[in-house]
Amino acid sequence: MPTLPNKPPVCVHGLRKAYSDVVAVDDLDLEVRAGECFGLLGPNGAGKTTTIEICEGLLAPDAGTVELLGMRWENDAPELRQRLGVQLQETQLSEKLTVDETVRLFRSFYRCGPSVAEVIAMVQLEEKRSSRVGGLSGGQKQRLAMACALVGDPDLLFLDEPTTGLDPQARRQLWELIERFKTEGRTIILTTHYMDEAERLSDRVAIMDHGKVIALGTPRELISSIGAEHMVAFAMDGGGAAPLNLASLESLDGVRVARCENGGYELQVRELHRAVAALFEETARRGIVVTELRTHSATLEDVFVSLTGRHLRDE
Amino acid sequence: MSEGTVVAQQMRPAAERRPLVEHALVQLTLVRFREFWREPEAVFWVFIFPILLATGLGIAFRNRPADVVKIGAVGPQLAAALRTEKSLAVDVLDLAAGEQALRAGRIVLLATPAAGGGVTYHFDDTNPEARNARMLVDRTVQHAAGARDAVPVTDALVREPGSRYIDFLVPGLLGMNLMGSGIWGLGFAIVDARRKKLLKRLIASPMPRSQYLLSFLLSRLTFLYVEVAALVVCGALVFGVPVRGPIWELALLCLISSVSFSALGLLIASRVRTIEGASGLMNLVMLPMWIFSGVFFSADRFPAMFQPFVRALPLTAVIDALRAHMLQGAGLSQLGPQLAVMSGWLIVCFFTALKLFRWR
Repeated sequence: MPTLPNKPPVCVHGLRKAYSDVVAVDDLDLEVRAGECFGLLGPNGAGKTTTIEICEGLLAPDAGTVELLGMRWENDAPELRQRLGVQLQETQLSEKLTVDETVRLFRSFYRCGPSVAEVIAMVQLEEKRSSRVGGLSGGQKQRLAMACALVGDPDLLFLDEPTTGLDPQARRQLWELIERFKTEGRTIILTTHYMDEAERLSDRVAIMDHGKVIALGTPRELISSIGAEHMVAFAMDGGGAAPLNLASLESLDGVRVARCENGGYELQVRELHRAVAALFEETARRGIVVTELRTHSATLEDVFVSLTGRHLRDE
Repeated sequence: MSEGTVVAQQMRPAAERRPLVEHALVQLTLVRFREFWREPEAVFWVFIFPILLATGLGIAFRNRPADVVKIGAVGPQLAAALRTEKSLAVDVLDLAAGEQALRAGRIVLLATPAAGGGVTYHFDDTNPEARNARMLVDRTVQHAAGARDAVPVTDALVREPGSRYIDFLVPGLLGMNLMGSGIWGLGFAIVDARRKKLLKRLIASPMPRSQYLLSFLLSRLTFLYVEVAALVVCGALVFGVPVRGPIWELALLCLISSVSFSALGLLIASRVRTIEGASGLMNLVMLPMWIFSGVFFSADRFPAMFQPFVRALPLTAVIDALRAHMLQGAGLSQLGPQLAVMSGWLIVCFFTALKLFRWR
């Protein structure tokens, strides 16, 4: 891929954007390396979309600089638009056009790139080529939006919440598609509030909250940073039983952190087999019946919870 | 341009040569055509509806032969005298029945014999038809009694196309149609694209922004001539509505009108984010023109104090110019004031719209 030697394709420094009532992006720095898929993970309202839209040249920042492929929006906007592929959240393409006509329209804006048929094949919409956009499923529409982002053979691809609102099967299809773009060596920036999406697709992840990056690294690094590999969640039966003391739970063998969670408890655990055994010993000693015991390997979601005390999708 | 750009450009292949149809402006214009033709209601309102309306009104207001005036006469002698006039339909009635018929409006005038060989006319002098009847009846009575015209006169009847109601109506409908399709056509499409965030998606691509607007203009011009031709040809074939000025001047008038209304549509659509907001604003702008601009009756009927306002409306200028051109064969040089009003609206709306316009 044609990117400049030594210089990351995306350099963002001191970015700031405030709306009348809220600071959406607060002194943000980011560097994305050539050929990597970079995930911006965070809850709704964390500033992901504002950040990505500033990078796409759709919003002007209040302060800070954005340098993409060695260019700036102030000086090189037309050239940058030629080299960027953009997929926005919630764009509705014209329902009365066919897939082919839509891709052909977007293709006409770019100097060079693959043919219309090639792009449609890339997103696996060959069979729907002459169908109206209005008749496509949500996943197919999203793949069409992806096709419109790819028509200019972009060096940098921005995907803003590409799978939000899709059913699980459509999401998996889209993930496979994005994984294929990764192997083609493109630099991709992806925003999502799905931790599984970020974990599966991203080489590196920046976790955002309140307009700031609160953690940055590969998904593995981030997960191991909380020092626990497993999560144990349980609830207990018995209205009469005295609530468990968090400190006493944390003193159990193998348990790192304990927190209350939806009327139950959640433990971050280093060694699952020892912690669970210790937990049952403790509850049996107190005469408490444990219900709904669940365990899972730690995820980016748990990283977010341990950093902020909140979930990515707090309803 | 930074050093990075130069390096980057060297690495990219040069822009390919491509056929005309793959150019952005052609593709954007094709999209406009497709979106229009694939919306059956739009086709109906733009092309079919004005023709139906013109046909309906044309039939309702068609020219009938001069009406026969219904009157009553008391006594056979008087009735016989009045029947010598062909445009009078005379009923012989007694006085009571005659007064009854007059009150009920079955006759507009009742003639009764009076003392000394005279005649009395009973009629309502505020009713124009009754006043007309009185003149006819009186002339007939006087002639029957031996009166002669002092000056010999002959009637030369003029029933020429160009002065009938349908002739008045077709240019009015044409103007109304130009306004409707200009304002709705541009305004709706833009507000809808903004609402769907399609505008935002388009400006994130390297689409040349001026070509987006230009595509609206090009498609408008194409549809414009189809819709003008449909109405003018239909008016000419079915009702014989004339086009007395040169056809290229009519084309130019329609072009200027349509572009002015499109600029107004663009201005309306420059900020609005919802279809409801756009409809409300468009109706607010168009309603005064439907009422004051003289589509169905002459705008001269409004009181003098309203006239400056009425004359400043773009639709009034358009309709006045179309009528003068089609019916009186006025050339563009005689339509200076109307053209000035249209161009004024065009310039003010277009530049204000460019200033206010938001892609997001």
